[in-house]
Amino acid sequence: MGDILQLVLKRLGLGVITLLVVSILIFFAVELLPGDIAQAVLGQGATDETVAALRQKLGLDQPAILRYFQWLGGALTGDFGVSLVSGERVSAAITDRFVNTLFLASYAAVIAVPISIILGVIVALLRNTLFDRVANVATLTSISSPEFFLGYILILYFAVKTSYFPAIASLSADMTFGELLHRTFLPALTLVLVVTAHMMRMTRAAIINLLASPYIEMARLKGVPPWKIIVKHALPNAWAPIINVVALNLAYLITGVVLVEVVFVYPGIGQLLVDAVAKRDFPIVQACCLIFAATFILLNLAADVGAILTNPRLRHPK
Amino acid sequence: MVPKKDVLLEIKDLRIEGYSDEKWIEIVHGIDLTLHKGEVLGLIGESGAGKSTIGLASMGFARDGCRISGGSIEFDGMELTTTPENDLRALRGSRIAYVAQSAAASFNPAHRIIDQHTEAPIQYRIQKRVEAQEDAMELYHRLRLPNPDEIGFRYPHQVSGGQLQRAMTAMAMACRPDLIIFDEPTTALDVTTQIEVLAAIRDIVDQFNTAAIYITHDLAVVAQMADTIKVLLKGEEVEEAPTAQMLDKPKEEYTKSLWAVRSFKRPQKQRPTGADAVPIVSVQGIDAAYGKTKVLDDVSFDIYPGMTVAVVGESGSGKSTTARCITGLLPPTKGKILFKGEELPARYQDRSKDQLRQAQMIYQMADTALNPKIRICDIIGRPAQFYSGLHGGALKTRVDELLDLIELDPAKFYSRYPPELSGGQKQRVGIARALAADPAFIICDEVTSALDQLVAEGILKLLDRLQQEFNLAYMFITHDLATVRSIADEVVVMQRGKVVEQGPKDEMFTPPHHPYTDLLLSSVPEMDPNWLTTLLEERGVDDIGEAADV
Repeated sequence: MGDILQLVLKRLGLGVITLLVVSILIFFAVELLPGDIAQAVLGQGATDETVAALRQKLGLDQPAILRYFQWLGGALTGDFGVSLVSGERVSAAITDRFVNTLFLASYAAVIAVPISIILGVIVALLRNTLFDRVANVATLTSISSPEFFLGYILILYFAVKTSYFPAIASLSADMTFGELLHRTFLPALTLVLVVTAHMMRMTRAAIINLLASPYIEMARLKGVPPWKIIVKHALPNAWAPIINVVALNLAYLITGVVLVEVVFVYPGIGQLLVDAVAKRDFPIVQACCLIFAATFILLNLAADVGAILTNPRLRHPK
Repeated sequence: MVPKKDVLLEIKDLRIEGYSDEKWIEIVHGIDLTLHKGEVLGLIGESGAGKSTIGLASMGFARDGCRISGGSIEFDGMELTTTPENDLRALRGSRIAYVAQSAAASFNPAHRIIDQHTEAPIQYRIQKRVEAQEDAMELYHRLRLPNPDEIGFRYPHQVSGGQLQRAMTAMAMACRPDLIIFDEPTTALDVTTQIEVLAAIRDIVDQFNTAAIYITHDLAVVAQMADTIKVLLKGEEVEEAPTAQMLDKPKEEYTKSLWAVRSFKRPQKQRPTGADAVPIVSVQGIDAAYGKTKVLDDVSFDIYPGMTVAVVGESGSGKSTTARCITGLLPPTKGKILFKGEELPARYQDRSKDQLRQAQMIYQMADTALNPKIRICDIIGRPAQFYSGLHGGALKTRVDELLDLIELDPAKFYSRYPPELSGGQKQRVGIARALAADPAFIICDEVTSALDQLVAEGILKLLDRLQQEFNLAYMFITHDLATVRSIADEVVVMQRGKVVEQGPKDEMFTPPHHPYTDLLLSSVPEMDPNWLTTLLEERGVDDIGEAADV
C-alpha cells in the first residue's frame, strides 16, 4: 500500500506544479490582452487623471511580476480580489455560481456515467448486431449535434409543445430538491446526450480490445457464458481506459457547459465567465479559469489513481 | 484391438478453414483421429501444421477467423459439429478441458487463481464454493505446488511460470473431465521447470485415468507423455504409430528428418594461444542492478575472435542482462568491459561510432525486432548507411550483397515488408541487419528459440558459415542445450546472476559437472520414452518440486 500512497502523492505534487504553470499562463494571457484595463473599465470618456487614479487604485502601476505574486498569494487563501464591474468580492460572486455548475454536472454525471458503461457493455456483448449499430448511430448523432441545437430541440419538444419541463432553468432559494431536479432536467439531459457517446464507445472498444486475450479464450474454453466473459473477465481489466475517458468527460461537464447554461439561462459559472469576458472583468475571468484548470487537473489525477487502484499488479505487489 | 465402446473421441475427415485475404482457405485437410478412454495422443509438427486448431476443434471450438467446414467430431456419442453452441459450452470445462501454452497469459490478471479454478465447478453446480476450494487445494497438493493451501489465494502475477502452469493443469482437472487438451504446456518454460510440469501432468492424468491430446513441437517431450504419436505437416497427417514404434522406425521421410534435426554439429575450435591473442570482448567482474535489485554478481568471461561462447542458464539467471551491459544499455555498477583490450565506456551514449559498430545484436523475436512498416532494404540499409556512409548505388549494391549472404534472393525480397516473411526469413533479415554494420562481434539472444527445429537448424548453419567467412565472434545466449552442443566452442553457465562454471564445450559436457550444470544437462528431455521415469527415480520424486522452485 505504501507504494500506492507514494504514487498518489507524486501525482498530486505534479498536479500542483501543473496548476502553478497554468496560473502563470492565465495571468499573463490576460495581461497580454490589448488595451489598458483601467481605460477599458472607465470607457472612452474618461480623463487621463481618472484613468491614472484607477490604475493606482488597482495597483496596475506596479510591475506585472509583483502583481502576479500578489494575485497568487491571494488566490491561495481564497481571495481572488474584487470585481471591477460590481465591486463585489470575486470569491463571493463565484461561490454560488460554482456550486450551481457542480450540481448540474453531478446531475448529468449520475445519469450519464452508469448509462454509458452499461450500454458499452451491452454493445460489446452484442457487437456487430443491429442493436450495436443503432446504439452507435444514435450516440454519434447526439455527440455530433451542437449542444445549443440539442438544447433547443429538447425545449421545443419537452417544454414548448408538451410543457413537461420548464424551458428556463432559473433557480430560487426556496425550491425543494425535487423541484430543483425537475427544473434542471432539460439542461442535464442535454449534457447527458453530449457525453454519453464518448464514454460508451470507449467502454465498448476497451472491452473488445481484450477479447482476443488468451485469458478470454481460456474462459470461453471453460464454458463461461458470453455475458459473464464480458462482465467478469473483460471489464475488470478494461477499467483503466474507461476511467480515463469518464474523467475527461466529467471535466467537460464542468468546464464546457457555457452554451448549455446560456440556452437554459442557468446561473452557473460558465455564464459568469462569458459575462465577465464581455465586460472585461479580469479578476473574475482569472478566477474562473483557475477553477476550471484545477477541476481538470484534479479529475485527471483521480483518473490516474483510479486506474492504478484497478490494476491488480499494483494493488497486490509480489 | 480396443473395443469400440471405449472410444472417447472419434474425428473423421476433419476439415477446417481460415479466413484470410477476404476468402476462406482450407488449413486442415481431412484429419482422422481416434482416442480411447485414458489414452494420451501426442500431436506433433512444426508451426502451421494445424496442431492447435485440431486440438481446439476436438472441443467443438474454432478460433475467430476459423471455421470447421467438414467432417465429423464425435465425443462420447455426441456429434460436436452439429451440436448447438449452448450445449457445446456445457461440455467445455466440465467434460473436456484445455491447458494453454502460456499460463501467465491465460490466467485472468484481475482474479485470484483459486477463483478462476472454482469458476467451472460452481457454474456447473458440481460443487459449492467451499467444497470447490478444498478440492482445488487437494489438487494443488497432488501437483506438488508449494504451499498448496495458500497459493490459490494469490494473483497470477504473484506466482512463477512453472507453478502457474501446474495451477492451470489443476484448473483443467477441476471438474474431472474425460479429456484434456494440452496445447504446448511446457514450451515457454525452462528445462528444469519443464520436468516438474511434465511429471505433474503425467501423474494426474494417470491418477484420474483422463484421456489427453498432447500438442507439442518437441519430440523428446512427446515421447515421455504420449501412448501414440501422430505427426502432422501443413494440416495433413504424415503418419501415426505407438510411441515406441514411431521413435524406433519412423516410416516417412518427413518424420525421419524431424528426428535427425539435432544432428547438426560443427567442429569445436580452441582458443588462440600466444602473446598477441587478445579477446575481442572481455567481461571483467561486472555487477549490475535493476533499481535496488542486484541481478549480476561478479560476472567474468572472455570471447576470442572467430569463436562462439554460449551463455546458458534459466530465465532470470542474468544472461540477457549481461548482454545489455556489454552493449552499454545497462551500465554495470562495478567492473569493466574490454573490447580488443581497450576499456569501453559503460554507457552506449559515451561510446564512439566505431565502438558501437563493432558489437551488434540479433534478437529472439524477429517479429517484434523488425519494424513492420519499413521495407527490408531500408531495415538492412539503415545501419549500412549510418556506419559506413554508403549512398545511392553503393548502398543498393551493399544491401543486395547482404541479402545474398543470408540466402534471400535480392530480386524477390528487396522491397518487401517484414509481415510478408516467414519466421525464419525474418530472423535472416535480423542477421543481415547486424551484418550490415560490419561488426566483429555479435550477440545472439535466443535467436532460434522461437523457431521450428528445421528452420532453426538452417539459421544455425547460416550463422556458422558467416562466422567462418568473416571471423565473427558470437555470444550465444540460449537455454537450449541442444543448440549449445551443435555450435558452441566455449560455454558459460549462469545461475542467479553468477557464473557457476565455464570452459571449453567438450569439458562442460563431460563429467564431473558443477551440480547446477548437472541439473541443467540432465533436465534436457531425451528421445528415450523412459527418460522421465528413470530421471525421476534417480532424483527421488520429492526433490523435483524443490529443484526449480528455489
